[in-house]
Order: sequence, then C-alpha cells, then structure tokens
Amino acid sequence: MPVTQTVPAAARMFLSGNDAVARAVWEAGTRVAAAYPGTPSTEILEILSRHSGLHTEWSVNEKVSMEVALGASMVGARAFCAMKHVGLNVASDALMTMTVTGTEGGLVIAVADDVGMSSSQNEQDSRYWGRFAHVPVLEPADSQEAYAMTLAAFELSERLKSPVILRLTTRICHVKGVVHTGERIEIEPKGFVKDPRHWVMVPGNAKPRLPSMFEREAAARAEAEVTPLNFQVERSDRRIGFVTSGPTFMHVREAFPDAPVFKLGLSCPPPLESLRRFAATVDTVLVVEETEPLLETEMKAAGIACHGKDVLPRIGELAPDVLEPAVRRLRGEVVPEPEHVPAQQVFPRPPTMCVACPHLGVYYTLSQMRNVIISGDIGCYTLGAGHPWNALDTCISMGASMGTALGMDKGRGKVDENKKVVAVIGDSTFMHMGMQGLLDITWNRGNVTVLLLDNRAVGMTGGQDNPGTGRDIHGAETTRVDFAKLCEALGVKKERIHVLDPYELPVLFKALREETKIEEPSVIITNRPCVLIDHYQPAKSYTVEEDRCTGCGNCVEVGCPAIHVTRRDKVIKASGKEVDLSFVRIETSACTGCGLCVQPCAPAAIVHADPVQNVQSVQFVRK
Amino acid sequence: MSKITNILVCGVGGQGVMTATEILAEAAISLGFDVKKTEVAGMSQRGGVVTSHLRFGDAVLSPQIAPGEADLLIGFESAEALRWSHMLRPDGVALVNSGRIVPPVVNLGLFDYPEDPVAQMRALGLTVHAFDASSLAIQLGNIRLGNTVMLGACADRLPFPAEVLRDAVLARFGTRKPQLVEANRGAFEAGRRAVGGEALAA
Repeated sequence: MPVTQTVPAAARMFLSGNDAVARAVWEAGTRVAAAYPGTPSTEILEILSRHSGLHTEWSVNEKVSMEVALGASMVGARAFCAMKHVGLNVASDALMTMTVTGTEGGLVIAVADDVGMSSSQNEQDSRYWGRFAHVPVLEPADSQEAYAMTLAAFELSERLKSPVILRLTTRICHVKGVVHTGERIEIEPKGFVKDPRHWVMVPGNAKPRLPSMFEREAAARAEAEVTPLNFQVERSDRRIGFVTSGPTFMHVREAFPDAPVFKLGLSCPPPLESLRRFAATVDTVLVVEETEPLLETEMKAAGIACHGKDVLPRIGELAPDVLEPAVRRLRGEVVPEPEHVPAQQVFPRPPTMCVACPHLGVYYTLSQMRNVIISGDIGCYTLGAGHPWNALDTCISMGASMGTALGMDKGRGKVDENKKVVAVIGDSTFMHMGMQGLLDITWNRGNVTVLLLDNRAVGMTGGQDNPGTGRDIHGAETTRVDFAKLCEALGVKKERIHVLDPYELPVLFKALREETKIEEPSVIITNRPCVLIDHYQPAKSYTVEEDRCTGCGNCVEVGCPAIHVTRRDKVIKASGKEVDLSFVRIETSACTGCGLCVQPCAPAAIVHADPVQNVQSVQFVRK
Repeated sequence: MSKITNILVCGVGGQGVMTATEILAEAAISLGFDVKKTEVAGMSQRGGVVTSHLRFGDAVLSPQIAPGEADLLIGFESAEALRWSHMLRPDGVALVNSGRIVPPVVNLGLFDYPEDPVAQMRALGLTVHAFDASSLAIQLGNIRLGNTVMLGACADRLPFPAEVLRDAVLARFGTRKPQLVEANRGAFEAGRRAVGGEALAA
C-alpha cells in the first residue's frame, strides 16, 4: 500500500545526495527498492517510500535487502538496495555469488561509507568490494553526480549483466546541492527465465560461469577508458596533477584551482591507460582518495609513478584544509601559520540519551550492579557506555552482544568466575542479527542474561519501523513479532522470560538480580517506546522542592538531561569521610514525567510541577 | 573566481540548527545562487554538537568551510560558538545566542562550562554580537522561535536584502501553519533589533 505524495516534476531542485539517488532510482523505472536503516544512507529509502510505482521496504538486514533486490532483478525488473558500509559486510555473502550469476534487470547497490565516522563503529573503504567481486564502482562527487550516476549505473548494469556499486560517503549523502532532474520511465519486466545453469549456483553450474566475471571486468575497464564519467580538467600549473575519486574532486578543485585534475567517476576498474597519459603531462601525480590507497596501489602496479598516502592521511576526510598543507610539504614549501584564531578548548558534548528515554532506567539499574560484564550492541543504547552510567563494556557489530556474551561465559577463568554476564540489545538489532546469537546461547547452554530493549523503533537512525512495531515502511499495519514467544521458540524457558516496564526500577533491579543468579539463559524484555516516535505519550512533569533537596546526587546518576546541578558543596560525615553534594533543579518544561528520578530520591524532594508549565523547551538554562 | 559566501551555523542537537541553515539556503537559491550545504547529522537528535556549513555564490565546489574561512558564524549556544570560533575569518562576524545549554558531563562535575564564552571570543579579537536569544524566544511565547530570532539577527549581514531571508522563513509556515507566520515575523524582527540590524539597514 504505497503512500503516494506528489512528486515534483522535472526541475531544478535542492537535494542531498541521498535525495538525488532516490530521485534517480525512481526515475529509472525501478520496481523494487530495499534497505536496512544506517547512517548516512537511511534517507534514500525513506524518500523512495514516498514515491509511487515501486515496492519499497525496510528489510530485516542488509543481506536480505540485497537478496530482495536480486530476486527482482531475476524476474527482469530494475532493482535497488542501499546500506551503510558495514551493511555491505553483512550482505557480502549474497554479493559474492551474485557476481557469478550476474543480473537480469538492472541492479544498483548504493553503499555509503562513513568517512570521518560521524555515526559508525569503524571506517572502511567499500571500493574494495568492487575489486573483490569484480563489479563496477561509480563514485559521485556531489548531488548532481549522485543523480546522474545512479541513472548511469542502471544502464551499465543492464549492459554488463552485473550488479553495479554506487559508492557514496557521508559528504555525498548529507550534502545538499542544486540538481537538475527528469521524469520517471516505466519498464515492463521481461519475466523470469528458468535456467539452472544461470541461477542455481552449485559447483557444476557456477564453475563454467566464473570466467564471465573477468570478461565483464575487461569490458568495464574498456568502458572506463572512454566513458564521460571519467574526464580531465585541463589547467596550467603542471607541478602536480591530481587524480581524484568521489568527493575529493570538489576539495581538490577548491584548494588548487589552477592544477590539472583527472576525475574518476567510474573508478573501478580504473582506466589505467588514460591515467598513464595524464601522468605524462604533469611533473608529479598525487592520488587523492578516501580512504585506502586503492587507486594508488593499482597505478603503481601498472608502473605509473605517483604519490598518495605517503603524504596524505589514511583516515578521515581529505578536505581542503587537510590537502593544502600536505601539498605544500610535497612541493617542499613552508606551511604558513594560520591567520585565524586557534581552536579553543571547550568541554566535550557527546550525544546523550533523551529526556525520559526508557533506556535510562536500564542503565541506571546496570550501573548500580556489582560484578557484571555487560556485552553491548549497536543502537542508542550504546550510549550506556558513557557518563554517568559507564554500564556497557563492548560494542562490535550488529548482534554481536549475543555471541561475545556466550564467548565470555565459556572462556572465562577463575578471575571472572563470580561475574555475571549480561547482554544488552535493542529490538531492531535483535531481529537484524541478534536472534541467531541467542539461539546459539540456548543451544550451547550459555549462562547469559539478555536485556532486550524493545522501544518499538530503530531509534538511532530516526525511529524507523521494524518487524516489532507491526508497521511497514509506509506506516501501514502488518504482522508484529511477539518477542516473548520468539525467545521461547529460540529455546529460552518460559519462566526465564520477563516482560517489564523499564520505568519501574525496583522491578527491573529484582529481575536482573534474580536472573543473573540462575545459571541458564534468560531474557528480560523492556516494553516502553522511544520518546521520539509519534506514539510516545508524555506524562505530567516534575520539579524539585529546593528546601527538601539534600544534595545526595542520586537523581543525577539517572543521567536524564532535564536534571541540572545548581550548586555543589562538600560535607564531612561523622565517619570523617568527605562527601560531594550536588543540589539540583529539573528543567520542568523539558520533563515528560517518566518518574525515573523520583525513585532514587531519598528525601522525596521531586514532586509533580503544578501548574504544568506551558512553555515548550529543550534543556535551556538561562544565565 | 567570484566571491563565495561562507556561513557556519553551530549549536546543540534539537535546537533547529539544520532547519535554520536550510532556510538560509532556500533564500540563496531563490536568488539564483549555486548553493551547497553540509552537516554531520548522525546523532543530531541526541544533544550532541551540530554544525551546518552553507556556501553560496556563482559556482560552489567543496561543500565544507575551511577553518578561518567563515564570513559569518551563527552560534545558537554560547559555548558552541566558542568551540567553532576558529572557523571565522579574522574579519568575520559572529552572531551568538548567549543562552546556555549545560550538558550532562558538566552537571556531573567532570568538566566546567566556560565562565564567559562571549568575552573569551572578544578577547581573541573577534567581532561578536551576542544577546540572549533563548530568553527572547521564551518572552515571545515559545523557545522554538529561537532559530527564527537567530535568523533575524544575521539578516542584515548577508549579501542580499533581509526581506529575502524573512520571506524564506515565513514561506516555511505559510502553507502548513498560517498561525505561526505572525509569531515568526515578530521573532525575526526581534532578532534584527537585538543586534541593531534595522538601524544599520536604515
């Protein structure tokens, strides 16, 4: 049931890279588009879901999204999937055989690398997959190119019968620019052709197909030498000629407007002969690529002398302020002192959990427990590793909290034998890749207590729906996973499964204490929704009765950003011990009345604000 | 190459930094400029640091403003303005909300909030126009008017008439929420007055 909105007609539009890709996917006549949310790629499918004429979906993980796209391609439809860089690791099993079968309807895989690491667990260069899978990689440099290259990618995919990778970075996905767009074309799928030698990849069928990967690669290489996606910018200052791919083209043109540039759009396989000719026209070649030295290595292997990561950083973005000093050093020039004021030291402001976030109760409780090892996962709840809770000990990959917890349990020695192993995972991450880990825990008789934080949203990426919300990408009702039944089916005993309200601290604490004592797998499911989704209902807000506040600071330990310290003091107790005091106030206009801070407040100084203030506010403190 | 205007907007997740920059971009586009706008939005709703870069002119290449290249620094929060003050050109102008948002790490006593971020910026030799836009927005009836107040404050320092920006602000609400048009018009003019903008324009 696509929820159709009016799609603007062909025009000059102000679009992010994600917007531009979505627009082009729609215009290309794509029939199926699938993704799992992941920064910085999330918006592509969100935007596509508002278009009509195609099936869009949130898939449970990136591998499934890629397989959905492949299935559509098999029946002859144009298909698309999008993911962040680590998503392609998950989907790579499908990719590495899809490259043997090839594709029928055009299939484009958009993968967004988080260069600069704004919201990821690592930084990696997805261009490697092009080399590994022998598939072409296109790298746009801005929104207009993201649009144009998405259209070109479908055309190339159908010509080469190959999936095509559209490699984006954060600085493409989240940059807005002016884009000239077109209109949608409709393409009727040719239909599925039964052909086991093509689609059934057993050794006898796959082996004869292997050469097709290399034939296609050769065709793509020939294409790369002539395509207008690869071009040269002629300029007069021939001391250094730059080779760029992706957003670095814009940075180089900005920083060195007089230097010649070879701009790669179809960067894999690279047009080595064109690059060789370019190199002959300049004194020195500098390859500017994010993030690994792929082109540099390939050019050197082809005998084209060049500089690259010997002078440029191997991590992070290669913006003009990074390039300029590096190039000056390469030219043997002195790097001048900057004229602007130096960067000022200011306290860090890490992301925090929201006011009244249901995870606050979980982490407050975990922070009060002794002798626990807390195996964590990927989502908003990873913030539990920060202050004031310090109650998350690991974060690796989607669903890893399960396997690492089991491994800790099985591998521990005497020094850890009295510790409890707890795993913390969110609802969407659990369904993405955590369920299998829980099955492994039950099957192999692990002693792990799992906290399954069901906030009915993919919180960190903006509250998307998942199979636990009972709604699809359009918000329409669909089947809803029952987590208690699912855990039971995965082998957790019914009496070891508890569904609890995370705002009831004593209940949560009791359940955690009891379940960590019992030496078998248990699951505690918390059932309060994310405060940022539409279904969240705020309650009456609280305030602090100043004369009753004793400064114990217990409420501060909850970690709610609506609680502010107004005054600090120290007292010497009868025992002679010095104790820090923190007197507080609650930003009542921000408080939504979850009541978490009320519970650890010994003097009962936190009471309902009356009358409720009408001013809407984020946590401002006036001077 | 013709002059590119660089505007850096900074603040805290949830303050409307990205929306304000989007409106500035819309105003520039309405005049036919080439425009690029970039930000890191991954955790913007989580009370973290947010910056948004806006560049416009005849043809914009890199979307990022390099340190020391911002013509205007619009700080939605005073410590954030200080944090990004190195982005300003030596002859640039900072427009700063002197209101404070104190993060949990300061409440926990792990870090100190700077005593007077605006004074610190001035001591560095920067031109700073500061006023409490948060309080002003609350007086006007809604803290959420804060970003319109800040847009009003920068309106007389743009390479185009303040009215173009005002119309872009009001166009946001005109279609969906007409009752907000007057509130935002008032907030915009209050922001202009707070930094002496109207007087300069006249």
